[in-house]
Amino acid sequence: MSLIEITEVKKRFGDNEVLKGINIDVEPGEVIAIIGKSGSGKSTLLRCINGLETIDEGSISVAGAQLLPDELHLKALRLKVGMIFQGFNLFPHLTAGRNVMLSQMVVRKTPKAEAEAMAKKMLERVGLGHKFDAYPDQLSGGQQQRVAIARALAMQPIALLCDEITSALDPELVNEVLAVVKELASEGMTLLMVTHEMRFARDVCSRVVFMHQGRVHEIGPPGEVFANPKTAELKQFLGVVH
Amino acid sequence: MNDFTTWDILRNLLLAARWTVLLSLVSFVGGSLAGLALLFARIGKGRLGPAFAKTYIELFQGTPLLMQLFLAFFGLGLFGIDVPAWLAAGLALILWTAAFLAEIWRGCVESVAKGQWEASSSLGMGYLQQMRWVILPQALRVAVPPTVGFSVQVVKGTALTSIIGFVELSKAGTMVTNATFEPFTVYGFVALIYFCLCWPLSKSSQILERKLNVAHRNH
Repeated sequence: MSLIEITEVKKRFGDNEVLKGINIDVEPGEVIAIIGKSGSGKSTLLRCINGLETIDEGSISVAGAQLLPDELHLKALRLKVGMIFQGFNLFPHLTAGRNVMLSQMVVRKTPKAEAEAMAKKMLERVGLGHKFDAYPDQLSGGQQQRVAIARALAMQPIALLCDEITSALDPELVNEVLAVVKELASEGMTLLMVTHEMRFARDVCSRVVFMHQGRVHEIGPPGEVFANPKTAELKQFLGVVH
Repeated sequence: MNDFTTWDILRNLLLAARWTVLLSLVSFVGGSLAGLALLFARIGKGRLGPAFAKTYIELFQGTPLLMQLFLAFFGLGLFGIDVPAWLAAGLALILWTAAFLAEIWRGCVESVAKGQWEASSSLGMGYLQQMRWVILPQALRVAVPPTVGFSVQVVKGTALTSIIGFVELSKAGTMVTNATFEPFTVYGFVALIYFCLCWPLSKSSQILERKLNVAHRNH
């Protein structure tokens, strides 16, 4: 059984069908890059996996937890998959450390001392142990995004969803975030990332999914997808990017 | 011919001003509590709650406070319920304040970025947990200046209760004028006392706005 099973998922916004039957199975430890033009449905797919969008048809399950629209099922699912956003979405009224501690204490009911130790460990892991008491607005974009990663990791998810996590960053800050992601990948974390970083996708990912008009247009190992695009759309897309 | 000294006038007005202060406090505190309940109904997920709260707010914002006072005072009287002026005044002002505060606060809650809801959802928090730990703490910072600012409206709104016979500052002004025939002096003092009550509130609202903005400068 795969870790994440996405079966025939359809999603409409009004008359606009954004996902037209998506099938992807993700094995534990896989790192999957989802690429495609804007509007191809890649972010929507990611948001569906975390229950931020409801799906109209099909099913999604993560390690046996089924995506259902009630709060109990959603919570069970969200404890298994963490999500990192393009805009970081740190809680601005809390310090970096508190950002990482909050959900542990509120959702998992972890005692404060334990949550604090975990927060320190996770911030250390993303190279920001010394920023425990800094507020988000005192951190650079790259640092904020690393805190967001630490915050997601503190919940000990079995997979991480990354939604264009470097797109809002200045070019010189992209690498520090990608380095953290790369390390997670090498430690065996299952990752699904929507990204425009083609070089990163080629170097780090085990499979690349090319989405086009709400469908999985091509899927395969990066070597194959990038070197040997089968469809005209992917050729054109890669041509545009390179 | 006139046996009233200026001090007599001022003293009587100040004594009555206590009722203005008390009525303002009761209206504001009561209105805040009712407003909070209304806020949760307004932004809640059900269908009945938001519809009720919306209608309530539109009704109270769309009619003059004076009519609300009349309805509370005379309206209930029609049903044989004898409502004393202080009760009608307090009740109407609480309901009126609640409507405005709920709407002010709704704006504050909605001003919190959507990403905050999404991030806290993705971490597994439920609705009430998100509200308690993520949304309201941020909304509160935004809400303090307009809320304090609105308290000025509450203080001035109490003046209308003089019309249903509640003896607060304005009513006392009328009564003292009738005794002294010095409307300019009396109402001058009345206005001055209102100003002394309201100005510090407006000022603190401004100061709070500046302070909270600094603490929140990059958002």
